[in-house]
Amino acid sequence: MITVEELKRLKEKSFNIMIDVLEMTTAANSGHPGGSLSSKDIVTVLFFHVMRHNPGRPDWPDRDRLILSKGHAAPALYSALAEAGYIDRQKLGGFRSTGSQLQGHPERNPELMIEASTGSLGNGLAMGNGIALAGKLDGRSYRVYVLMGDGELQEGTVWEAAMFAPYHRLNNIIAIVDRNGLQQNGPTESTLSIEPLDDKWKSFGWNVIDVDGHDIPELIDAFEMAKRIKDRPTAIIAHTVKGRGVMSGEWVVDFHSRPMSEESLKNILPGLYEQHRLEMEAL
Amino acid sequence: MISTREAFGNALAEIGSDESIVVLDADVSASTKASEFGKKYPDRFINFGIAEENLFATAVGLAYSGKRVFASMYAVFVLKAFDQLRIIAHDNLDVKIFASHAGLTDGQDGWSHQTIEDLAIMRTLPNFKVIVPADAIESREVTEASLKISGPVYSRLSRSESPIIFDSGYRFELGKGKVVEDGSDLAIITNGNMLHRAIRASMMLRKDGISPTVVNMSTVKPIDEGLIVKLAQSAGAIVTAEEHSVLGGIGSAVSEVLGRTFPVPVEYVGIIDKFGQSGKVDELFSLYGLTAENIYGASMKALKRKKR
Ligand SMILES: Cc1ncc(C[n+]2csc(CCOP(=O)(O)OP(=O)(O)O)c2C)c(N)n1
Ligand SMILES: [Mg+2]
Repeated sequence: MITVEELKRLKEKSFNIMIDVLEMTTAANSGHPGGSLSSKDIVTVLFFHVMRHNPGRPDWPDRDRLILSKGHAAPALYSALAEAGYIDRQKLGGFRSTGSQLQGHPERNPELMIEASTGSLGNGLAMGNGIALAGKLDGRSYRVYVLMGDGELQEGTVWEAAMFAPYHRLNNIIAIVDRNGLQQNGPTESTLSIEPLDDKWKSFGWNVIDVDGHDIPELIDAFEMAKRIKDRPTAIIAHTVKGRGVMSGEWVVDFHSRPMSEESLKNILPGLYEQHRLEMEAL
Repeated sequence: MISTREAFGNALAEIGSDESIVVLDADVSASTKASEFGKKYPDRFINFGIAEENLFATAVGLAYSGKRVFASMYAVFVLKAFDQLRIIAHDNLDVKIFASHAGLTDGQDGWSHQTIEDLAIMRTLPNFKVIVPADAIESREVTEASLKISGPVYSRLSRSESPIIFDSGYRFELGKGKVVEDGSDLAIITNGNMLHRAIRASMMLRKDGISPTVVNMSTVKPIDEGLIVKLAQSAGAIVTAEEHSVLGGIGSAVSEVLGRTFPVPVEYVGIIDKFGQSGKVDELFSLYGLTAENIYGASMKALKRKKR
């Protein structure tokens, strides 16, 4: 178990990511708030507790890697990289505008520790396999974390990659599914069902852990458990809420790619800060 | 102002009563507007989820079995299924692809969602008819016409709203370029979102006493060879303008014709071997050299080369 201080530290990070996501997408009047917010606690736990990395050295060869396969959650990634000191906070304001390094979807940039070019769904797990395989060949001890959407799992390449990792004994790759139940046009289960999800991953040879993707201690436990499993790769199914933290956006299909107006954001911000303060006090 | 994707969606819903039509989506129908058909004919509308290759391979099977397949998604994700597109082309199947968010019109999503390679790629596939409607009127026409065209069709649509150029009596004819403005000094051959920019460039040229012919070459394949040769002979210089890489698009298609018939100077307005990036659509058109001013500049260059 983690200490209360650590929990508070991580909650603070997660809150900051939420605010950044909302501000970046509203300022750009474009982007994907819903899926960025469902990922915020996963990204928080990875960057600020689980992953081994060194902010002074984005090119450290032994750093753990996060591949944001669901590239449209870029605001969450950029915010975390800014919090961790890889990206100058000022750059967040340029999100989605010409000349910015912070493209609408991640563009590989070793200096900013943006590990892979994504945005076209379905490629991240295989990219991660490549990095994990290279790590094995080079005798390096880093781990590769790949964050996917649940709708993304409808892509065939995901399952080609899912077959590859256990066969090649890649115990250094961790797949994370952001199981928020929604994709672009509606629920996954009324679009093309991906269930039974645990059984699918298990039958492909993965160690599977189900967690509440907004419960920070539970997420940490799952990642720690994944580190202890040596004979297979681990898939973490993180049950999340699309739009998490914004009442008017939770479970709302349109919040996938429709940011809040400047005015509505201004109106809800004081409430978000107040709620955050109360939550922190209660810890 | 209305987008070509919206005109497509409405037209598809209108012509959709034919029971042999099946419409395939990949979780983007609210954006491509194929959702309009889906609301009306839910039994013949299938959302594959985010699975483009699965969608096009299934389209092959449906077309083998006599279905007339309409498939719609972002242009860039159509290209994901190139292997399946080859089969559709090889077997000359009745699959009509309406590829939205093409060119730079998915501005802020950035290079991963923009498509400036599709015309080059689709042009290499035998049997495919490749079409770029210039406005909502033409988009509706192409959607209707595609039912009568046998074999595969690729129609390229925009995310952005654009001005209406044609009147409601306009008729699309496959393989025929259309002279939108008649002139004698040079010919501007273009299509899609570049047509209204070319018309503006033509106004600028006319102020300088230069009269260009402006041609809407909406069918990129099969291209109107007869018209291209005629224009080369009468005008003696050509400018092509496209919202696409200059490699393999309409500029290339025109040059391929001229090279073996009647070579004249050609200037190319298009994207010079680069990827797009995130930004507002108009900003990107300026940044990548796709404005009326760029067409004007290219026209001046073409004229100079003609005189020599
Ligand atoms: C190959 C591909 N097809 C379509 C899209 C368009 N698109 C962007 S996000 C999205 C829905 C993603 O749903 P999901 O994977 O569940 O992500 P999340 O709910 O976490 O946002 C779609 C269809 C894409 N980016 N890539
Ligand atoms: Mg989802």
